[in-house]
Amino acid sequence: MGSSGLNQKDILGIEDLERSDIELILQTARQFEEVNKRAIKKVPTLRGKTVINLFFENSTRTRTSFEIAGKRLSADVINISASGSSLSKGESLLDMAKNIEAMNPDIIVCRHSSAGASHILSRYLKASVINAGDGAHEHPSQALLDLMTVLKHRGSVEGLNVAIVGDISHSRVARSNIYCLQKMGASVSVVGPASMMPRDIAKLGVKVHHRLNEGLKEADIVMMLRIQRERIVQSPFPSLREYARHYGINHENINALKKDVLIMHPGPVNRGVEIDPEIADGPYSVILDQVTNGVSVRMALLYLLSGANSLSL
Amino acid sequence: MRQLLKAEEFPDSVKKLADMIQEEEPNADDIALVGIHTRGVPLADRLYQHFTQNKKNVHIGTLDINLYRDDLSEAGDKPILKETKIDFGITGKTIFLVDDVLYTGRTVRAAMDAIFDLGRPKRVLLVVMAKRPGRELPIDTSMTVLDVPTAPTDNIKVKFVETDGKDDVTVLEKGEY
Amino acid sequence: MTKILIKGGRVIDPANNIDGAFDVLIENDKIAAVSKAGQIKDSDCQIIDASGQVVTPGFIDLHTHLRDPGFEYKETIQTGTASAVAGGFTTLCCMANTDPVNDSFSVTDYIVRKALQEGHCRVHPIGAITKGLKGEELAPIGELKEAGCVAISDDGLTVQNAQLMRLAMDYAKSFDLPVSTHSIEANLCKTGHMNESLVSTKLGIPGVPNAAEDIIIARDIMLAELTGAHLHVGHLSTREGINLVRSAKSKGLKVTCEVTPHHFTLTDESLMGYDTNFKMCPPLRSAADVQAIKDAFKEGGVIDAIATDHAPHGIIDKEVEFDQAAFGIIGFETALPLSLRLVEEGYLDLSTMVRLLTESPAKTFSLAGGHLGAGAPADVTVFDPKEEWVLERDQVVSKSKNSPFLGKTLVGKVKKTIVNGVIRYGDAS
Repeated sequence: MGSSGLNQKDILGIEDLERSDIELILQTARQFEEVNKRAIKKVPTLRGKTVINLFFENSTRTRTSFEIAGKRLSADVINISASGSSLSKGESLLDMAKNIEAMNPDIIVCRHSSAGASHILSRYLKASVINAGDGAHEHPSQALLDLMTVLKHRGSVEGLNVAIVGDISHSRVARSNIYCLQKMGASVSVVGPASMMPRDIAKLGVKVHHRLNEGLKEADIVMMLRIQRERIVQSPFPSLREYARHYGINHENINALKKDVLIMHPGPVNRGVEIDPEIADGPYSVILDQVTNGVSVRMALLYLLSGANSLSL
Repeated sequence: MRQLLKAEEFPDSVKKLADMIQEEEPNADDIALVGIHTRGVPLADRLYQHFTQNKKNVHIGTLDINLYRDDLSEAGDKPILKETKIDFGITGKTIFLVDDVLYTGRTVRAAMDAIFDLGRPKRVLLVVMAKRPGRELPIDTSMTVLDVPTAPTDNIKVKFVETDGKDDVTVLEKGEY
Repeated sequence: MTKILIKGGRVIDPANNIDGAFDVLIENDKIAAVSKAGQIKDSDCQIIDASGQVVTPGFIDLHTHLRDPGFEYKETIQTGTASAVAGGFTTLCCMANTDPVNDSFSVTDYIVRKALQEGHCRVHPIGAITKGLKGEELAPIGELKEAGCVAISDDGLTVQNAQLMRLAMDYAKSFDLPVSTHSIEANLCKTGHMNESLVSTKLGIPGVPNAAEDIIIARDIMLAELTGAHLHVGHLSTREGINLVRSAKSKGLKVTCEVTPHHFTLTDESLMGYDTNFKMCPPLRSAADVQAIKDAFKEGGVIDAIATDHAPHGIIDKEVEFDQAAFGIIGFETALPLSLRLVEEGYLDLSTMVRLLTESPAKTFSLAGGHLGAGAPADVTVFDPKEEWVLERDQVVSKSKNSPFLGKTLVGKVKKTIVNGVIRYGDAS
């Protein structure tokens, strides 16, 4: 019997993972696909374990995915939606976390609008922490499910050109995907106006393009980021119309792409902004595969971390 | 180290097990061989080859029981999961769980739980290369090649070309493994 | 008459060109004499044996936050000054961002009186530039001066309105008050919580570019030229800021500046891991900025003072999400060992380091002290430049423990601090 080599108590970001960790997570996720196709989609693996989804930011998609993942592993899954409410009661993140810790959970899945929130939890809590998105920092499970989706279509990402298009500055999905894809051997470029590029992004080893056609010419995979107006203080582009015109995938520019290109999006899609509605549902699009793979990847993370906090700390 | 079975004895052993299986379930279409990872898989595969050579169309699958283990909460690192592949309907079939050695019975218990999550078989039976004393559950089988009276400190090692590079069954005494 | 004789140490008094084996005699609250070792008779004196140690004028800090009134859970005048003397400081200038803001005679008067009653060292308030630090209308600057303010500053905030800043400078000039600034262009740093760099990109934390600071420094230098007022650039952190101040000085403008120990010691790389004890404003900058500051120390004449920006915060301010955490760190107790690193690394000689903590800040804000001439206030600091020690949380004297140096080994320890002829820190022997 082989044992996992995931030598971490927490999953805070892809930046901290080795390539072998990523491979182990995906290999494990692939085994859970079989469970997810059964009539009875449940295994007793995490019976008696408690998973708390601590969501300080709304996210039906990610929360539901983690919830289903936990339940299919027979864990007790508790959802706490704390958006805004904890601070208004004068309770800090740490107070809240310590209260939750007192109930002895095994894994805390945390979504928060502040970068580093999961790091704070991991520093103070015995439970394992999975970062389900922290500000503009990382969203590791999204990158892993994106990778799984690409691998299922292409077998490998080694040598592929992946273009990530949109507001790189504010995107945790972009950061996690850059780390993940690079570790797996892909070559990554980021595409968007300079006003959406964070400082020194090229130093992460990515190519930077400001024009969509240049950025997508060589792309085997195109990842469109969601425009998240709610997170932006001052819009880095003049209007959605202008953004869609210069940085959206539409019927004209799709013909310039490689014939076998895959188009991905972390969802929910702003139809007609990042992607033309018909293309989002069209043959190039693997957006719904991403959602399906999300459950398997999250089951893998829960499975691999569920014993980690019994290790001597 | 004591050798119990040589490589050249493997084909006869497979035939012996296959005969027992056929005796239990004469209808080939109702025979489902399910190899338990790791070394139940090559044994199930050889049984399948045997049936195929004899023009018997039986079903075959593989099973990873790690998700059903009773010691997961104790383990630190998690076992690496292997493929569970059962792409036939198991309801109504006679499932022959195939493993290398029957010892405590805990693996078989987990395998039965896994099987029942997949459907409702007619019967579940167990086929092993060797069995030894040390049961911790009310589980047993007569469908074995070897029945070895080992001490608790001994270990039976079944090897297959597919997993270990050679076919071989030995008893290792304490200190040898 | 109380007499204290500090014997056997290396006395450094840059104002009087003294650096060597001298003894210092204190009579009551004044320096009586500094003489070659062994020349002063030690009968009827309390003796302080300073052999192996350095004896200097008491340190003067142009930039501190004592949090009193209003935020006594972070610090009080009593605890803040206790921390100051533990760091060798005998004179503090405290910023106006209290609650109520120090924008009136009565708040300044409260600080002055409370410091006299319960303080361990001298405290000079700095008054607000604008009422309530709101950046809308001038505070009563003349009245603040009468009450005891030695400078004005909206520190913590920047006066964004250039016209208002011009008026403040014109007005302050009439009262001979320096205008100390906090230089951040508000729109450029609206959501910023750290230096804008590859590190902020990796951490996903919105950044504050150097330009946000440089723009205001440049603006204020131009206004200083326009008005002829004394501009004191507070906690300067950028390489371009250094260039701007250098060029202003070369034009003969009345421009001075200070740098904090953390800005010449740490870079933004320290933020990997999201430790809020590394969060300050201005933020920890890049290695290139730190190098430019160190080079400016070596060059001399650009930086006028090492100032702590001692900014105590409680755990409720710091043990929170990074973007919700308060800016700033405590600074008195680590200022000396961090400054000594500049000496160790060859950017300063020991005498110049002492000057930047004593004579030079005293001159910058026209304060008494900063030297050991006969008749000067008896404010003296004695430190061991070689002693290694670890900053343990429970040994921090400040009421707040928000230091990025907790658990770190530091070299150089204050042994005694004498304020106005009274030993305020260290054993009496």
